[in-house]
Amino acid sequence: MRPEIFSVPGHSEGPAEDTFPKLLRRNARIFAERTAMREKDLGIWQTWTWTDVSDRVRALAAGFAELGVVRGDRVAIIGDNRPRLYWSICAVQMLGAIPVPVYQDAVAPEMAFVLQHAEATVAVVENQEQVDKVLEIRGAGTNIRHIVYDDARGLKNCREHDVVSLDSVESAGRAMLQRDDSRILWLEGEIDLGRGGDIAVILYTSGTTDRPKGVVLTNSGNIWAAHAAKLFDSLTEKEEVLAYLPMAWIGDHMFSYAQWLVIGYCVNCPESRDTVVENRREIGPTYVFAPPRVYENLLTLTMVRMQDASWLKRTMFDYFLGVARRCGEAILDVRPVAILDRLRYWLGSIFVYGPLKSRYGLSRIRVGYTAGEAIGPEIFSFYRSLGLNLKQLYGQTEAAVYITNQPDGEIFPDTVGRPLPGIEVRIDETGEVLYRSPGIFREYFNNPEATAASKTRDGWVRSGDAGLVDQHGHLKIIDRFKDVGRLADGSLFPPKYIENKLKFFPNIKEAVAFGDGRDYVACFINIDLIAVGSWAERNGVVYGSYQELAADARVYDMIKDHVAQVNRELAAEPRVAACQIRRFLVLPKELDADDGEVTRTSKVRRGFVTERYAPLIEALYDPGRRNQQIRIGVTFEDGRKGLLEGEVQIAEMPADLAKGALREAAE
Amino acid sequence: MSECLLAVERVSLTFGGVQVIRDVSFDILKGEIRAIIGPNGAGKTSMLNVINGLYQPQRGAIVLKGVRYDRLRPRDAATNGVARTFQNIALFKGMTTLDNIMSGRILKMHANLLWQLVHYGPARAEEIRHRQLVEKIIDFLEIQHIRKVVVGKLPYGLQKRVELGRALAAEPDLLLLDEPMAGMNLEEKEDMSRFILDVNGQFGTTIALIEHDMRVVMDLSSRIVVLDHGEKIADGTPEQVRVNQAVINSYLGVAR
Repeated sequence: MRPEIFSVPGHSEGPAEDTFPKLLRRNARIFAERTAMREKDLGIWQTWTWTDVSDRVRALAAGFAELGVVRGDRVAIIGDNRPRLYWSICAVQMLGAIPVPVYQDAVAPEMAFVLQHAEATVAVVENQEQVDKVLEIRGAGTNIRHIVYDDARGLKNCREHDVVSLDSVESAGRAMLQRDDSRILWLEGEIDLGRGGDIAVILYTSGTTDRPKGVVLTNSGNIWAAHAAKLFDSLTEKEEVLAYLPMAWIGDHMFSYAQWLVIGYCVNCPESRDTVVENRREIGPTYVFAPPRVYENLLTLTMVRMQDASWLKRTMFDYFLGVARRCGEAILDVRPVAILDRLRYWLGSIFVYGPLKSRYGLSRIRVGYTAGEAIGPEIFSFYRSLGLNLKQLYGQTEAAVYITNQPDGEIFPDTVGRPLPGIEVRIDETGEVLYRSPGIFREYFNNPEATAASKTRDGWVRSGDAGLVDQHGHLKIIDRFKDVGRLADGSLFPPKYIENKLKFFPNIKEAVAFGDGRDYVACFINIDLIAVGSWAERNGVVYGSYQELAADARVYDMIKDHVAQVNRELAAEPRVAACQIRRFLVLPKELDADDGEVTRTSKVRRGFVTERYAPLIEALYDPGRRNQQIRIGVTFEDGRKGLLEGEVQIAEMPADLAKGALREAAE
Repeated sequence: MSECLLAVERVSLTFGGVQVIRDVSFDILKGEIRAIIGPNGAGKTSMLNVINGLYQPQRGAIVLKGVRYDRLRPRDAATNGVARTFQNIALFKGMTTLDNIMSGRILKMHANLLWQLVHYGPARAEEIRHRQLVEKIIDFLEIQHIRKVVVGKLPYGLQKRVELGRALAAEPDLLLLDEPMAGMNLEEKEDMSRFILDVNGQFGTTIALIEHDMRVVMDLSSRIVVLDHGEKIADGTPEQVRVNQAVINSYLGVAR
């Protein structure tokens, strides 16, 4: 039987320009003096128009050419979201070379792998910190000839001859273009030489499983995807976007670069990483894209602050939040709502929702997306009930983000929407989601085995996710395909599903559930230091370190309540009722990307965690054990190594509750 | 050899009967990082107070930029480009980071009170100029996120950084730092060390600092003066001081 293909008809032609440099040329023509980009610098929002950007990018491109960058070269881009780094991407593309954005907080060995694998010859980096990192790994298998830095701070005395500033590259380029007209014509010719089928960018996936893979994306593919999203949400050049997510992530590359050029809206770069919330408030973006973590953090921050607020404020907040929960989403989806509730909601907008949204710079949002991971339904509903048009999309680097989006008015918290027009989705016999579109990647760079394993002969891409299509024609993602397991009695075990339920509690930052091939489900919990720390302060719990707080008996009691709540919810769903958590422990350290426990985009590396904490898992499944010694290495923020030692308590959930609830659910 | 920015000439200081500094001389060269070290009560902070005119020594003189002062007053020091931070932070706790750093510009503001009140014309232009410089300092010290935060609410390490910012706002030729890293954790210390090196490297500011953390002192400074019980017992490069027997004795004690 041929599996059914889900797709939505209708798609119009994209822009006539088939590469990003050509789009920049178009934007300089049609948008000319409109603002293309802003960055807050020295306390003031600096502005560049499309004409400015086009001029700067050309100078940079000529400068890179003077450095010896030629068609096909790979150029690493490493740093926070700075305008000149985005311009460098375009300048590199102008020459037909290939930009390779790298996660800026990667530690040296991770970075070495990417630079080596991509065979990058030039690295354009943000500042001294990155220069030091690249210098450290240069030579060791990497072939970096030039290091170009944006911020000269602390590099004045750097005597390495091939470390140069972007300033000097840009002025050398400008001088070259001014020397004679033939150079300008040459550069225009370089732009014209670009083809849609050329590689636009190589993005390394952070890889929850093994070594990162370089996803090769083409100009035409990325432009197609950016354009499809533009049509889907009727985006215009009037949108304002804040660029604050890692440049090496496809999400940022699509929203702050590809769509920036395709749609021509304004991208705003924050002053520093620590000022994002404040800068978002100043800009008031109309279009946002963020992983669930960002929304979770804002919610946690709000809840923590409300705990410390005065009695009056807290009462008002709780009351109007109740109103929003009752009717907010219905009002957003234009469904009928009782007149009295409308009145209450209106008052709530004045007293609570409006100020809250304004505080976080969410007042002007037309469309907001959450992607990268499943968002807790309660968090999702919370934002929607405040009147934010928050939607989920399902995407992957390999698809240039877009696979499915939630259309306006058809929002179900547990689905990720329909395929965008032009994208086909099917579920194969094993339950894996496959997709096909003009936007998909060409291959994994220098990795034909991986390409063959994930791309079928007829152009379908294996997502690696298990999913199903529900009665509305919406896709529902259950879990990573290879993570979905079975308990010893054969019942389904979707770990992510359970973990997401736990993670809704502000006190729980991360959870890792185990159960495949086991008799019951057990899990690791990571407490959220901000939320639990604030709770500890209010309840007089004294602690000297994260480890101490995590081991506190009262913290365990609190987490126990949360787990019991999750168990009740699981019991209510027959399909996963067997997955109630029987034993858990609170980890003495936060799962950290520097230790390789989570990816740079904060996804748990399940296999690695399982290996690293094997003694703890063993103890979870040894009914006799009440505690377990642990001794593991940790990496500090400055790269030094240390050792963490201690005893971890194991908490037991009452087994009869699980059975009782099961019976209840069966009745 | 680069020129001498400041020289301490045979300075002695007493409080009543207590001899705090006894006949100490040393110089600070333009562009260097000069450390003053010594055990508790050695007279380090008093020495710094003499250098910026807070204390007037009974004997001896300070030569600042070639001018000899028998009685150096704080204002002379400040107008001649000497700025400092304090061991126990001396910021305006109720003011924001921005305002605190702006206050470091006070000697450079010329518009009179009337102009400042109407905030128009020259006063306004002047304030914009000062604010631009202050913003550069905020950017330099990476404290943009606390620009509008009241200083009293900030953690200790950040307050220290704000204090450094205020001293930098005076565009000093000589920056005196009194235990810039006291009470800091390792990460904060590393940050502060980097800022001190950058201030020195980027702006060419001469720095004299008192510090207890030996590793920091050895890594940062070009030359070190060692005081003990008010007397100078050694003066030289970190390598020379490290092997100096008098220093080892005073720091580690010696079997008698």
